Amino acid sequence: MSSSEATAHAAPGRGDPHLAHHFDTQDQQDGAVRLGMWLFLGTEVLLFAGLFLGYTVYRHFFHEAFHECSRALSLPLGTLNTVILITSSLFVALAHVAIKQDKQKQAAGLLVLTILCALAFLVIKSFEYAHKFEVGELPGKWFSNPEITAPGANLYFTVYFLATGLHAFHVIVGMSVLAWVLKGVLKGKYGPRNNVAVELGGLYWHLVDLVWIFLFPLLYLI
Amino acid sequence: MNEIMRRLLWLPDEASTFAGAVDKLHFFVVTVTMLASVATGLLAFGFFFKYRERRPNQSTPIIVPSVKFELAVIGVPLAFFLAWFFQGYRDYIWYTTPPANATDIYVMGKKWMWKFSYGGDGPNAIGTLHVPANRPVRLLMTSRDVIHSFYVPDFRIKQDVLPGRYTETWFEATKPGRYQVLCAEYCGTWHSQMWGEIVVMPGPEFDQWLLDQRAGQNAARVDSGGDDGASFHGSLVEYGKRIAMAQGCLKCHSVTGEPHIGPTWLDLYQRRETLETGEQIVADEAYLTDSMIDPRGKIVKGFKPVMPTYKGRLAAPEAAALVEFIKSLRSTSLENVPSKEAVYEPVNRAR
Amino acid sequence: MSQSTELDNAGDAEGRPVVNYLNHDRGVMSWLTTVDHKRIGVMYLVSVLIAFLLGGIFAEAVRLELLTPDPTIMGANTYNRMFTLHGAVMIFLFMIPGIPGVFGNFCLPLMLGAKDVAFPRLNLLSLYLYWTGATIALAGMIMGGTDTGWTFYAPYSTTTPMTVFPVLFGIFILGFSSILTGLNFIVTIHTLRAPGMGWMRLPLFVWATYATSIIQVLATPVIGLTVMLVGIERVGGFGFFDATKGGDPVLFQHMFWFYSHPAVYIMVLPAMGVVSEAIAAFSRKNIFGYKMIAYSSLGIAFVGFFAWGHHMFVSGQSTFENGAFAVISMFVGVFTAIKVFNWVGTLYRGAIAVKAPLVYICGFLFFVVFGGMTGIAVATISLDVHWHDTYFVVAHFHFIMVGAVIMAFLIALHYWFPKMFGRMYNEGWAMVAAGFIVLGFNATFIPQFLLGNAGMPRRYYMYPERFQALNVASTAGSSLLALGFVIILVYLIFALVRGPKAVDNPWGSRGYEWMTTSPPPKHNFHEQPVITQDAHSYQNPGEEVEHVVI
Repeated sequence: MSSSEATAHAAPGRGDPHLAHHFDTQDQQDGAVRLGMWLFLGTEVLLFAGLFLGYTVYRHFFHEAFHECSRALSLPLGTLNTVILITSSLFVALAHVAIKQDKQKQAAGLLVLTILCALAFLVIKSFEYAHKFEVGELPGKWFSNPEITAPGANLYFTVYFLATGLHAFHVIVGMSVLAWVLKGVLKGKYGPRNNVAVELGGLYWHLVDLVWIFLFPLLYLI
Repeated sequence: MNEIMRRLLWLPDEASTFAGAVDKLHFFVVTVTMLASVATGLLAFGFFFKYRERRPNQSTPIIVPSVKFELAVIGVPLAFFLAWFFQGYRDYIWYTTPPANATDIYVMGKKWMWKFSYGGDGPNAIGTLHVPANRPVRLLMTSRDVIHSFYVPDFRIKQDVLPGRYTETWFEATKPGRYQVLCAEYCGTWHSQMWGEIVVMPGPEFDQWLLDQRAGQNAARVDSGGDDGASFHGSLVEYGKRIAMAQGCLKCHSVTGEPHIGPTWLDLYQRRETLETGEQIVADEAYLTDSMIDPRGKIVKGFKPVMPTYKGRLAAPEAAALVEFIKSLRSTSLENVPSKEAVYEPVNRAR
Repeated sequence: MSQSTELDNAGDAEGRPVVNYLNHDRGVMSWLTTVDHKRIGVMYLVSVLIAFLLGGIFAEAVRLELLTPDPTIMGANTYNRMFTLHGAVMIFLFMIPGIPGVFGNFCLPLMLGAKDVAFPRLNLLSLYLYWTGATIALAGMIMGGTDTGWTFYAPYSTTTPMTVFPVLFGIFILGFSSILTGLNFIVTIHTLRAPGMGWMRLPLFVWATYATSIIQVLATPVIGLTVMLVGIERVGGFGFFDATKGGDPVLFQHMFWFYSHPAVYIMVLPAMGVVSEAIAAFSRKNIFGYKMIAYSSLGIAFVGFFAWGHHMFVSGQSTFENGAFAVISMFVGVFTAIKVFNWVGTLYRGAIAVKAPLVYICGFLFFVVFGGMTGIAVATISLDVHWHDTYFVVAHFHFIMVGAVIMAFLIALHYWFPKMFGRMYNEGWAMVAAGFIVLGFNATFIPQFLLGNAGMPRRYYMYPERFQALNVASTAGSSLLALGFVIILVYLIFALVRGPKAVDNPWGSRGYEWMTTSPPPKHNFHEQPVITQDAHSYQNPGEEVEHVVI
């Protein structure tokens, strides 16, 4: 009896060290990994969906307060952050293009730029948070800004802090993922045929970006 | 037949108008359920013997369902289920639509007791609710702490009682007697002891009871506790008046009929108002409580949308007291000595 | 590797290989660091059985307390913790990971003809997350005690003085475990099917697992967020569900049931998949209406997402919402009805071998119809007003949870026991235990329907005396049920150690998982299987086949 190991190793494409034992071809493995990532992104969307639901319900209950409070946020800083995130998404997409063309250095540079953008986003966000703490625009029972009297303002900041906080957490996770991808790029692990990690790292980053693109108008603009 | 089924299924008395309707559907649904499940079980059991394996590696026919069969297995259950839904929903709509002449009673749940307040001038009661037989009674319910659920098995009614919100239910008791009230939504240590009692009295007897209660001193009543028993004694109307002053309602709403920043409260209850949108509404309990929670939703024509929302500021019992206070502000009763009977007359709502 | 190849070639007396996934490596570490889906499945089996034992003990404690109307063996707070423990342990530690974690992990790749799941390391991570979450939740419940019920309704859960946060955090982590398992299965089914296995050749258990996984992936994030919001509310006072700060407690119920109603199908769909497999195997017959069963699984998964509001008929939802949720719930019932017709249709003109699993199948068919139709009954709004939050609802969901899911778990355990461990259990004792369980189950829960009719609310520590007779009956029944489980535990452990060696395919099943040896080798198949016929195909080669359309 011949073991499955032996026959499997003889199959084409088996010699590749990146290929796990239970896959037959690189394409099959990449397809599986991609599908897995998309499903994971689906769970992320539903995670945020709960907060968007909360936003909708409380905006309905406290229309005035939500309107008033969104004016209290810093529109310039929010806009700047939006521009930074969109730019970073561009960088990470370009990094994937670069790695596909085997331009290792360019890809590494673009990934560094992406991570720097993420860092800038967090720094700006922390300035915004600091200001909120100063003026007492805080969630729930901590709310203490006497200038906003409309009832429900505390809930606006509950939603604000929960949503932006969860998003900031995702930014940090995204930075770590990209740093890990960067490490691989610097080691020369990826190339034109083998770049699914770069692609998926970028995909995750796009999701982080996308969530912000929904949060920004909901919290700052309307 | 009904009575046999009722006893067989351990159902309690049918002591309200709703109970009869529910039980009829109940008997039908449960009978079909039992027949279908026993038939399925027996059929499978029978097949075990009829089609048992006769020799090893026995071959079996390939049986495929025809389209007709598929349509039947989808259609027949669906027809049953939708019929139940239809009848159930009809009954439910009837159950959620209190008749216009229902007497209002406020119910407040708190860990672990029920408090009842009669509209107008009291009395208030803890644990025991007196109601007339053969007259519709509407309960306007709220909770002081967590979610409770007002459940009267003999009436087949149940309604969750929520903090910060109002829910309503109604019933028309058919038999004088005593019926247990249970809390059905888990609410902590003594959830299982959060019981109350509904005493159903024949109509005239109830009227007399109410008069007796109202005539006595606060202390001599069934219970003298207000919604916040420790700090307030007296009727819901007085309580509402105190809230109105404390919350600053009276800065904008007059009680004398004079126009002010907001509409006057005098005769507001049941008044027909034209809204900004041109829509006509009647200022009933729903409109009044809505306007406290979402004041800019329905602005009466000629007034500016300046009132802040009181959601989160008014505890639900306070909102109830305010509504009762507004209801008590009738020009007739201000001009004349208030007629005691008039307060208890069934409220004439334009439903 | 070359060494194991040599060992593979060595055979026992009957020429069968002696090296399999159980013994190719020994020692605790070889199990804890394995990425083999079969070993992970076995570890899940041990874990969920411990959880089931714990949950069962809590259930018996609850039933014993309810023997009399007044306090006996425990105080009110202990009782409240006890039913919370029972519910939370059974739901989050047994029901949800139960069939997918154990039999999904073990059988799914075998049924697909794959060497493993798509992400073996992620699979092991799921198990570790399960252990972590379970430990945190149990530690929280035992040390501080949670008294909220497994539903954690706000504002009770945000205000009770007892310890709630660790349990919520544990459930949050368990959620990740569930998501990763589901994600893994979906990807596996999409990418690792053996040559020749089109979608319409998937075994029905795979279809059921696929539908389950979709729910796990899409619904679980919402409960994760919801329990964290409750936790944040307790720790930080953010006011999200707190009416005194303007929040909305009913929003909690919507978010909770948005997960927890589909979660019912996370539990019951794999159970239905197991029954489809076992019915075909024990009646030696092509499954009747394969496509209808497969699609109805997807139908349940889809429609199940839009039925959550029927848990909230008396919560103050609007009349319109209630009506909409009620109609949608009726459709879930139709999908289940389709499956029942097809199962009974499969038995028709089969060659049925009456073995212990069939006793459970017979019970299952009765329970699933009765449990399902009482589900339709409580979705009939006017009836639900009386039944809501009473023992009727308790009895209804136990008919589904125990009557359907645990019966299916037992069917799976008996059906795949030889596959997993290569040994046979004692058929006679299995029959006895099955009898105890089916009878004990009826004796436990049918009185509870009547209790609900009589008006006894759930989660009652003390109750009016008129309910006592039925409570006594229910407690008596539960001891029969418990006895049945103890018998099973004893003879299965005995079989594990001393049971006769099983042949590769003791049931003569045509399920793809039986195409390899029992127990399977490390990488599942000695040769890559190629699928040439439909799933559950029981035609003997060369024989004339009778085709019937009914």
